[in-house]
Amino acid sequence: MSTQVNVEALPVSPPAASRRRAPRWWRAVLAIRHSTTATVGVAIVLVWVVLAVLAPLLAPYAPNVTDLAALAHTTPSRAHWLGTDHLGRDIASRILWGARPVLEIAPLAVLGATALGSLLGLAAGYKRGWLDLAVTRACDIVLSFPVIILYMIILTHFGSSAWNIIGVLTLTKAPIIARIVRGLTLDLREREYVAAAKMRGESTLYIMLVEILPNARGPLIVDMCLRTGYNIIIIGVLGFLGIGLPPPDPDWGGMVKDTYGMMMVWPHMALFPCAAISSLVVGFNLLAVGLRELGGRD
Amino acid sequence: MTEPLLALQDLAIAYDGRRGETRVVRGVSLALHAGEALGLVGESGCGKSTVALSIVRYLGRGGRIAGGRILFEGRDLATLDAAALRDLRGRRIAMVYQDPMASLNPVMTVGRQLMEVPMIHDGAGAAAARARALTMLGEVKLADPEAVMERYPHQLSGGQQQRIVIAMALIAEPALLIMDEPTTGLDVTVEAAVLDLVRELRRRHHSSILFISHNLGTVAGVCDRIGVMYRGELVEDGPVRRIFGDPRHPYTRGLLDCLPTLGRDKRHAPLVPIPGQLEPPYVRATGCGFASRCAHVEPARCTAGPIPLTPFAAEHRVACVRAAELPTYARRLVERAPAVAATAAAPVIATEHLGKVYEPRRRLLGRRRWPVRALNDVDLAAARRQTLAIVGESGCGKSTLAKVLVGIEVASQGRVMLDGTEVGRLGIDRRGRELKRKLQMVFQNPESTLNPSHTVGYAIGRALRRLRDRPPGNLDAAVARLLETVKLAPEMAARMPRQLSGGEKQRVAIARALASDPDVVVADEPVSALDVSVQAAIINLLNELQASHGTTLIFISHDLSVVRYLADHVAVMYLGSVLEHGPVERVFTPPYHPYTEALLAAVPVLDPDRAGARVVLQGTIPRAREVPRGCPLASRCLRKVGAICDDTPPPVQRLPGDHRILCHIPAAELLTLQAVV
Repeated sequence: MSTQVNVEALPVSPPAASRRRAPRWWRAVLAIRHSTTATVGVAIVLVWVVLAVLAPLLAPYAPNVTDLAALAHTTPSRAHWLGTDHLGRDIASRILWGARPVLEIAPLAVLGATALGSLLGLAAGYKRGWLDLAVTRACDIVLSFPVIILYMIILTHFGSSAWNIIGVLTLTKAPIIARIVRGLTLDLREREYVAAAKMRGESTLYIMLVEILPNARGPLIVDMCLRTGYNIIIIGVLGFLGIGLPPPDPDWGGMVKDTYGMMMVWPHMALFPCAAISSLVVGFNLLAVGLRELGGRD
Repeated sequence: MTEPLLALQDLAIAYDGRRGETRVVRGVSLALHAGEALGLVGESGCGKSTVALSIVRYLGRGGRIAGGRILFEGRDLATLDAAALRDLRGRRIAMVYQDPMASLNPVMTVGRQLMEVPMIHDGAGAAAARARALTMLGEVKLADPEAVMERYPHQLSGGQQQRIVIAMALIAEPALLIMDEPTTGLDVTVEAAVLDLVRELRRRHHSSILFISHNLGTVAGVCDRIGVMYRGELVEDGPVRRIFGDPRHPYTRGLLDCLPTLGRDKRHAPLVPIPGQLEPPYVRATGCGFASRCAHVEPARCTAGPIPLTPFAAEHRVACVRAAELPTYARRLVERAPAVAATAAAPVIATEHLGKVYEPRRRLLGRRRWPVRALNDVDLAAARRQTLAIVGESGCGKSTLAKVLVGIEVASQGRVMLDGTEVGRLGIDRRGRELKRKLQMVFQNPESTLNPSHTVGYAIGRALRRLRDRPPGNLDAAVARLLETVKLAPEMAARMPRQLSGGEKQRVAIARALASDPDVVVADEPVSALDVSVQAAIINLLNELQASHGTTLIFISHDLSVVRYLADHVAVMYLGSVLEHGPVERVFTPPYHPYTEALLAAVPVLDPDRAGARVVLQGTIPRAREVPRGCPLASRCLRKVGAICDDTPPPVQRLPGDHRILCHIPAAELLTLQAVV
C-alpha cells in the first residue's frame, strides 16, 4: 500500500541557514562587485579618499611653500613630479591637499540636499494638496534660476567659506532630490503596506520615513552619487570664478583659475588640477551608473 | 498516424544567471497534431510558459535551447535562422498573451493594428486587409466592428482587448495558436465568454492550439489533450477525459484536489492543498522531482534514478513509477456533519443603507465630470465566527465596500455599525485604537502587502506593539507564536519579503492582521493572485483561524467556487447594489437572481463533458454614475422582463431563510430556473 504522508501538512520553508551571515548593509556593499562599472568607480573614489586622508604623509612639500629655485624650471621634474605653479608651489602637494576640501564639501552638501529634498518630496507626495503645490512650485522657481548667478549673489554677500558653499549647494540641489522623491512617493503611497500602516494608526511621519523612504533608497542612492560628482564640478567652477574657498589654501578650481592664462606656455599648471577634478567626477559617475545597473537585478 | 504539426523532442531549456546555468525545462517531448488543442498545466514556475516561448524562440536574455528539437511542419525551429523565424511568427504561429494591453500598441487604432497583419505577411492591399479585419472582428463577436476599428486599445474593456488580440492572432490563419494564460486576468464572466469564443473558433478555423494555464478547470472545456508539467518536466499527458477521469500522476491528482468547485463547501469537503512548495529549478533532485511533496512516495524507488514518461494506456503517458499501483482516483470528498448555522447571534458588523459617492475634483477648466456612485443602499450583516462573502465582477463596488468598512474611505450615506458603534463616517485617522484593533484587513496583492524594506518579524511585531492593549513582554516570542498560527516556521521572522513565496507573504499578511486579535477581518481578494495549489492552503488556513479565533471574516472575491467553499453568507453585488443576499446554500441554488445565475454559469467546470453551452453574460459593467432609474442590471440582464426593468427599481423579495433577491421576476418563477450546479 501507499505510504501515507499527512497531506494536511502545510508548506513550511526550511529553516534559515544557521551560519551567521554578514549584516545586511555590508552584503549590499559587497554586491557592488557584481558590476564592473561600479567597481571601477568605487576604486577611483577610494584612491582619492586615501590620498586625501594621507595627504600630510604623502605630500612631498607643504602646499603653500614656494620653492624659488623651482621657478626657473616649473615643469615636472624629479624634485617636483607634477611641476610647480607660477609661484613655485609644488602642484602634486597642492592637488593632494586640495582633495580634502572637495571630498568634505561635496558629500556633505549632497547629504544636506538629500535630507532637505527627501523631506520636502515625501511631504509633497504623501500629503498632496496645497503642500504639494507649494513645494513643487518652490522647487521650480529654484531650478529655473541661473544657479551661477545665484551662487555669486549669495557667496559674495555672505562671504565664501566651506559652510557657506555647503549651504548654497544644499539649497540648489534639494529641489532635484525633492522631485525624485516626490515621484517615487506618489507611487509608493498607494501600496498596500502603507494602507496596513494606516490601519494600525501610524503617524504620518512614521509612514513617510519608515514605510516609504526606505523603498525609495535605490534611485536615491544612485542620484546621490551623481549629485556628488556634479557638486565637485560646481566647487571647481566656484574656485575658478574666485568665489570658492579663500586662498592661499589649495583648491582645485582656484589652481586652474590662477594658471589658465599660462596655458600656452606651461599647460601642466592648469591641466593637472583639471585632471584631478575629472577623474573624481568620473569615479562618482561610474559608481552611479553601476549602481543603477545593479538595481535592475537582484 | 499522420505527421504531427508540432513535435517537441527531448527539449531542454537553460538560463544563464549568477548561479551559472540552470536547466528550467528538461527532456520535454510532446506532439500536437493539426486541428488539435493541447493544454499545458502546472503551477507557476514549472516551465510551461518557457516551453511556449521557446517554440517561437522568444526566450529572454540568458535563455537558450540547450538540447532537443522543435519540429514544426517538419522544420527544426531550434536551429532556424532569424529571417525564416520572422516569416513563421505571426503568419504560421501566433501568440496570445495574458495581458492584452501589453500586446496592443496604445497609439494605434485597433483597426490599423489588425490590418497590418495581412498587409505585412500576405502583402494584401489596404482594402482587402480592412475587409478581412472586419470579418475577423465579427468572428470574435465584437458588436459593431466598424466602430471598433476606429478605437484605441484603452477605449476598450479587458475582455474586448483580449478578443482583439485573438482576432489579430487568427487573422493570418496560423497553423498554430499559442495561448499563454489568456483568461487569467479577466473576470469570471469575461473568462467564460472568451473560452466559449475559443471553442467556437476552433470549430471554424483549423488552427491547432497550445493552451497554457495554471488552472485545470480552464483547460477542461477547451482542450482535447492535456500535458501536466512539474519542475520543467512533463509528468503526465493524455486525452482530456483520461486526465480528469483517471489521473495517474500524484501531482495531477493534487492539482485537481486543491480546486474548489461549486459543489463543495467547507462543511462537506475540505480542500486538499499540495503540501510543500515548488522548489526552484537550481535545486536538483535525483529521480522524481515531485517526491518531496508526494503523498505516495516510496523513497527507494522514487528517488533512485530518473523516471521517464512511460505509456500507461493508449495515448496516456505518466512519469511515475507507481502509476499503475495508485488507487482509482476519486475526488476526496470527506463527508462531515453540517455545522450548526449560528445565525441568531447579533451581528458584529453591519451596514445600513450604506452609500458611497466619489465626487469629482472641481477643476477650473475642462469638462464637467460626473460623480461616481460606487455603493448604493447596501444592507449587510455578519455575526461572530461567520464568513460573509461579497462577490461580483470587477467594478461592482466590492473593494469600495471593503475600504469603507475599514475606514480607508468614508461613507457618504448610511451607517456602518461595528459592535453597536457607528464607524462609517470615521476615517481611519479618526478611529481610536480600540476600533482599529477590532477591524483589520488582509490585502489582495502579495507583492505589495509587505514592505520590502522590513523583515517579517518587524511587520508583525509593529502591529503587536501598536494595537495590543498590553504590548507583549517578549515581542519575539509573540511574533513566533503568530507565525506558528499561520503555519510558518518562527525562523521566518528574520526574512525579508523578497525571500518569501507569494503564499508565504499572504500568510505573513494574515498573521499581521491577526496580531491585534481583531473581531472582524476584511479580506479583499486574498487568494486571487495565488496559484491554485497555494490558494487551497490559504483558504484552509483562513477557515481554521476563523474557527479557532472566532473572527468574523468579510471575504471579497470574484471567484464563486472559493466563495461557495468558504462562505456562510453571500452578497452578490452589481454596480454598487446588493442584488442578492443570503446563506450560501440558498444563494447558490434556485431561486436565484438572474445575475447570480449568470455568474454561476460562467464558472469553469472540472468536467470536459459538461463544459460549454452556458448562459453567458455579455457586455461589460456600465459606468456607475447616477442612481439607476430601474434595475442596475437592466442593460445586460438575460431575463429582462420589459420596460419595467428600465424604469422601476426592483422590489426586495424576502424569502425564507434570511434570503433576499432584488428583482422584478417573482421568486416563484425564479425557482423554476434550472440549477446550474
